[in-house]
Amino acid sequence: MDIIDIIKPENLVYKKPDLLNDNDMHYCPGCSHGVVHKLVAEVIDEMGLTDKAVGISPVGCAVFIYNYIDIDWQEAAHGRAPALASAIKRLWPSRLVFTYQGDGDLACIGTAETIHALNRGENITIIFINNAIYGMTGGQMAPTTLMGMATATCPTGRQVELHGYPLKMTEIAAQLEGTAYVTRQSVHTVGAIRKAKRAIKKAFENSMNGAGSNLVEIVSTCSAGWKMTPVEANKWMVENMFPYYPLGDLKDKSKELNK
Amino acid sequence: MAKEEVVLMKGNEAIAHAAIRYGVDGYFGYPITPQSEVLETLTEIQPWNTTGMVVLQAESEVAAINMVYGGAGTGKKVMTSSSSPGISLKQEGISYIAGAELPCLIVNVMRGGPGLGTIQPSQADYFQTVKGGGHGDYRLITLAPASVQEMADFVGLGFELAFKYRNPVMMLADGVVGQMMEKLVLPAQQERLTDEEVVARCPWASTGKTKDRKPNIITSLELQPNIMEQKNISFQEKYKIIEQAEVRYEELFCEDAELIIVAFGAMARISQKAIEMAREEGIKVGLIRPITLWPFPTQIISDYANKVKGFLSVELNAGQMVEDVRLAVNGRVKVEHFGRLGGIVPDPDEIVEALKEHFI
Amino acid sequence: MKEEIIIAGFGGQGVLSMGKILAYAGLMEDKEVTWMPSYGPEQRGGTANVTVIVSDERISSPIVSTFDIVVVLNQPSLEKFESKVKPGGLLIYEESTIINPPTRTDIKVHSIAAIDAANEMHNSKAFNMIVLGGLLKLKPMVSTEGVLKGLFKTLPERHHHLIPVNEQAITLGGQIIK
Repeated sequence: MDIIDIIKPENLVYKKPDLLNDNDMHYCPGCSHGVVHKLVAEVIDEMGLTDKAVGISPVGCAVFIYNYIDIDWQEAAHGRAPALASAIKRLWPSRLVFTYQGDGDLACIGTAETIHALNRGENITIIFINNAIYGMTGGQMAPTTLMGMATATCPTGRQVELHGYPLKMTEIAAQLEGTAYVTRQSVHTVGAIRKAKRAIKKAFENSMNGAGSNLVEIVSTCSAGWKMTPVEANKWMVENMFPYYPLGDLKDKSKELNK
Repeated sequence: MAKEEVVLMKGNEAIAHAAIRYGVDGYFGYPITPQSEVLETLTEIQPWNTTGMVVLQAESEVAAINMVYGGAGTGKKVMTSSSSPGISLKQEGISYIAGAELPCLIVNVMRGGPGLGTIQPSQADYFQTVKGGGHGDYRLITLAPASVQEMADFVGLGFELAFKYRNPVMMLADGVVGQMMEKLVLPAQQERLTDEEVVARCPWASTGKTKDRKPNIITSLELQPNIMEQKNISFQEKYKIIEQAEVRYEELFCEDAELIIVAFGAMARISQKAIEMAREEGIKVGLIRPITLWPFPTQIISDYANKVKGFLSVELNAGQMVEDVRLAVNGRVKVEHFGRLGGIVPDPDEIVEALKEHFI
Repeated sequence: MKEEIIIAGFGGQGVLSMGKILAYAGLMEDKEVTWMPSYGPEQRGGTANVTVIVSDERISSPIVSTFDIVVVLNQPSLEKFESKVKPGGLLIYEESTIINPPTRTDIKVHSIAAIDAANEMHNSKAFNMIVLGGLLKLKPMVSTEGVLKGLFKTLPERHHHLIPVNEQAITLGGQIIK
């Protein structure tokens, strides 16, 4: 059998979403961004919202997300994505408006914008990639860096006396009246990827239905920043990140209503 | 539908009324004296019930300018207003907006600084506005209103210029024009553009990718230096066109003048009174009032430098615009500065005294 | 006609609103007007003043060095602004708030017992309209009708029932100014 006999439409078992283009991604091997990008593209595609979607990219590794997913984008200043998203959604209520932010962007420099957008109940979705480190600038400490974890700016490990505690932004978000859906997911196994996709879809549906604001945290790996192989990074995440950042839904207003 | 109307109101209130009537889509702001009446007036009128204009009190000036950035990126007419310390906070966002070439209107009702300074009037943000403010090689089209009427009119003019050049426009006002009341004519209510009209007017805007076009990406980022240089060169070309086409100024009593006062905003008004007083004493003084601070009316000042004995730059600061007057005069005649600092507004007679001290 | 006026007193005496009503009356009679307040962080107490210019011609500066008319409603304001009355100009002061009366002889000086009159009306808020009535008696730069039209335009509808009281206060001010 020749290869030409295999590449036929009827033999297709899986294909990448149409919205994900053929540009080579700049992400490191083992990075979670690629998988989350694919999920975002798939959900927008499946919901038929391509012509309605406006994404806000952060400052951080995902700054170039606009090079990979073929929808309209705006690139925000560091931490300010939720402010842009708030205005866009209010000016264009029929659009799907979402931000895609890392831990430094969302939980450090942009804490005020994040909390206030969520608290106002803006009908937007915030996708929050938490890998506990600053990837783009070369592996410095993040607000979510775990206790004892070594980074370029806490080389002997994060210490309470010096740096305070890792910030649980998602737990904070769950307490805000304005949030409709707050969840923490990961993409390290096929099962986890499917759950994460369902979470993104629910958040996008809420955004379109005017249910309130939505935060989907994805606990992620940064194999380069953590100085590990992709396999080691996944293992380290399960053993160290998940106990401090436990997976699952923290708040789902639609379920509360059904009760 | 509101018709053209003669009213008496504060400059800050005029901005709010004008924003609604010029069909602005969104206002994002944060309270700060002496400009809080803008947001207060808007929330009192509640234009979201009539024109559909969005009004939002942001969590900070930083958030407000980034809301403007977001809204501007979708092609909507969006604006913010603040006073000096708040405008400092907005500088990052203004640089991004300039870098992404987006239209918007920013109003600064200046108060005295530096730091928390005072809430009294000042013009000490001239350098910040026309020479930079945020990072990078960009320019803000800067309109300096000298009356309550201009506070309203420049909302319309500001958006016209902002969309014509896809460039942020700053209305650089001061506490005097913000807080004073004057008679003004409010324009008739204009319809806001529909979403379809916005998409048609701004094909570059990120409003949702339709099948017939590529994704629209609003960004100021470009990591390839050669492309970034090209981008910067095209900015500079745009700025040159603006410098040639958009200089605005007012000339008063200049025909027979031997001395010329250059002043903007409230100081142009007070200088006008000083000129009336000086002329009663036989001192022939004229006034050039820059309406655009950038682009600066360099040519007219240069022309008069061949005819008059000297220039006095009258400003509510320690001497900022005087540098641009000196550049225009280029050493041909004497150029002096008179200013009061820290929120003190001079009486007209102080300006007359300064004229005599320097030139008589 | 051009009158450059400053009204000065304590915050809470209705200084700014008196100026505003005068400016509005000017607007109603097609005059050029400017209203320039002193503004500060304090809402009550403290000192407040407002410069109002009413003119037939376009007004250059909203801020002037000397005034045709100075209205002072407390001692500090008198001390600050007595010297700023143009020679031949007019100074009006509120009687009970001034301990040391003005001394200049090159200006016209008038006084008004507006606080007592307001108390007799059982309406302390009418105080500033009594003063305005006194001012307009001496300098009828706008008509009482203009003032009432201005009030009608500036007051929220729920306060329109107060307009007759204000008219009484203006008339009373005209009668009691000395």
